Amino acid sequence: MGEKMLPTRDGYGHGLLTLGAANPKVVVLDADLAKSTRSDWFAAKFPERFFDMGIAEQDMIGTAAGLALGGLIPFATTYGVFVAGRAWDQIRTTVCYADLNVKIAGNHGGISVGADGATHQALEDIALMRVLPKMTVIVPCDAVEAKKATIAAAEIHGPCFLRFAREATPVLTDEGDLFAVGKANVLRAGTDATIIACGPIVHEALLAHAALKAKGINVRVLNMHTVKPLDEAAVLRAAAETGAIVTAEEHQLYGGLGGAVAEVLVRNKPVPVAMVGVRDTFGESGTPEELAVRYGLTARDIAAAVDEVLARKQG
Amino acid sequence: MVNYDIMKLAEIGREVRADIVRMTAAAGSGHPGGSLSAVELMTALYFGVMSHRPAEPKWPGRDRFILSKGHACPLLYSVMARAGYLPVAELTTLRKLDSCLQGHPSCLALPALEVSSGSLGQGLSITNGLALAAKLTGQGYRVYCLMGDGELQEGQVWEAAMSAAHYKLDNVCALVDYNGLQIDGDVENVMGLAPLAEKWRAFNWHAVEIDGHDYGQVLAAYDEAAATKGKPTAIIAKTVKGKGVSFMENAAGWHGKAPSGEELQRALDEIYGKGAR
Ligand SMILES: Cc1ncc(C[n+]2csc(CCOP(=O)(O)OP(=O)(O)O)c2C)c(N)n1
Ligand SMILES: [Mg+2]
Repeated sequence: MGEKMLPTRDGYGHGLLTLGAANPKVVVLDADLAKSTRSDWFAAKFPERFFDMGIAEQDMIGTAAGLALGGLIPFATTYGVFVAGRAWDQIRTTVCYADLNVKIAGNHGGISVGADGATHQALEDIALMRVLPKMTVIVPCDAVEAKKATIAAAEIHGPCFLRFAREATPVLTDEGDLFAVGKANVLRAGTDATIIACGPIVHEALLAHAALKAKGINVRVLNMHTVKPLDEAAVLRAAAETGAIVTAEEHQLYGGLGGAVAEVLVRNKPVPVAMVGVRDTFGESGTPEELAVRYGLTARDIAAAVDEVLARKQG
Repeated sequence: MVNYDIMKLAEIGREVRADIVRMTAAAGSGHPGGSLSAVELMTALYFGVMSHRPAEPKWPGRDRFILSKGHACPLLYSVMARAGYLPVAELTTLRKLDSCLQGHPSCLALPALEVSSGSLGQGLSITNGLALAAKLTGQGYRVYCLMGDGELQEGQVWEAAMSAAHYKLDNVCALVDYNGLQIDGDVENVMGLAPLAEKWRAFNWHAVEIDGHDYGQVLAAYDEAAATKGKPTAIIAKTVKGKGVSFMENAAGWHGKAPSGEELQRALDEIYGKGAR
């Protein structure tokens, strides 16, 4: 297909550059990972609005809170594990409890750091951020969407967590595609079942869609880029119109997108659900491809999950 | 003062340096810079200072070592292999699927490790806990903890510094690999630490400043730490990041990058002396 491959973190870097030029209130902080997170692009262009806080994630979040109180729009940036984990209490009590306008970029989400192993693979960040009142959680599926999400984050008020990935993954969306926080995008129409995915694994969902189509199964594919607030209407429509749901994410099964979708369905319209994600285990070293196979995060796994919910739907 | 064979240590240190570049080259990723800077500190520890039994990794009387800067695990793995904890041949499985040598130390994958690490700033607290346990259970072991200088920017390090002094943990020895670099550049430019020894002293530690590549000074510092009673000791070792491989020395870019095949060859030529092999 000759798809264009880009890491979603590049979209963050480009988004920050656009914001930096458009809005003098946008400031960026990093915790000694500026090159990896792409915040160094902003730092090079707008050095007076960039603050390297050193290896001090908790201090970075607290400082971002103060900057927000001072009328600025801070983007606090580092790897997802270190910000969502290490600085969780600062995010909860300093940022969210006061509803401060702090944007948080968690980079190297999921297993995409590969060889670095478990300590660097953010597999709990969506859950940790999703439980916080006031927090918006966005997981862009490709670099184009990542740029839009970054810009959109500056436009909404309040705490917002953005998750980006390290590895280059296929660009699935176009510049012109609509991106609205809290509104799922239907990437494929279908009536037999629905795959709801977020992040680069959306590409695997599209591959699963194609493989199933060849077998005569038509699945809808929803790109649920905003995990919170969840587009409940889109979830309920999918349940009503297709009768079976598969969720897919590069994250622990507990507490992530799958959990969010299940919460809505259980309360409103229980239908068969299967979840693709990491099954209550830490990551490990390996190539991202090897790990995707090991943890069951490939198109094949998603297609198998669709087969499973279809059997339950019919049974 | 204990007598150490410095020639022997230097010989082992050379092999350790070679292991570090070989391992990271084989992995295609990893952290050579901050591994190379602490070779003398770690070689002296494992082959002179610490009492431990590689054939019996969980020997209760062993001195403990905590690698707080977990990214420097190529160094730790190599030193452990050279000491007999694992086959040297296994080193090149670093970072590969199912290897016991995870990209950051996992004590479940490699049980000879005391603990897992990789999220910076947490090791000194663990060290203090072990040291308190030693005192509570009447054991004489010492606990060593290696940290990076950038790592010292984590607030938890200073929380732990406070409590180690508060509880008079003279069985704690903190090692600071003062190589002056972190990922985003010079430590002093990113988030300055100086004056560093004064900071530790202000926290009621005994602080020793040494050249971290001089085995004589390294060994003397360990002896001084062991002889210091009533307070913990911090050894602040001035080092060169990437030490021993000219193109990696003092270059932030070699923090987390693997050498190519050609670079590996050049590195080995420098470590062993060209034509030596
Ligand atoms: C809590 C945490 N934040 C960020 C990182 C990412 N990281 C890994 S190494 C490193 C730089 C470490 O610098 P330093 O402590 O000076 O280590 P050295 O120079 O000895 O390699 C950073 C920021 C991490 N591992 N843990
Ligand atoms: Mg350093």
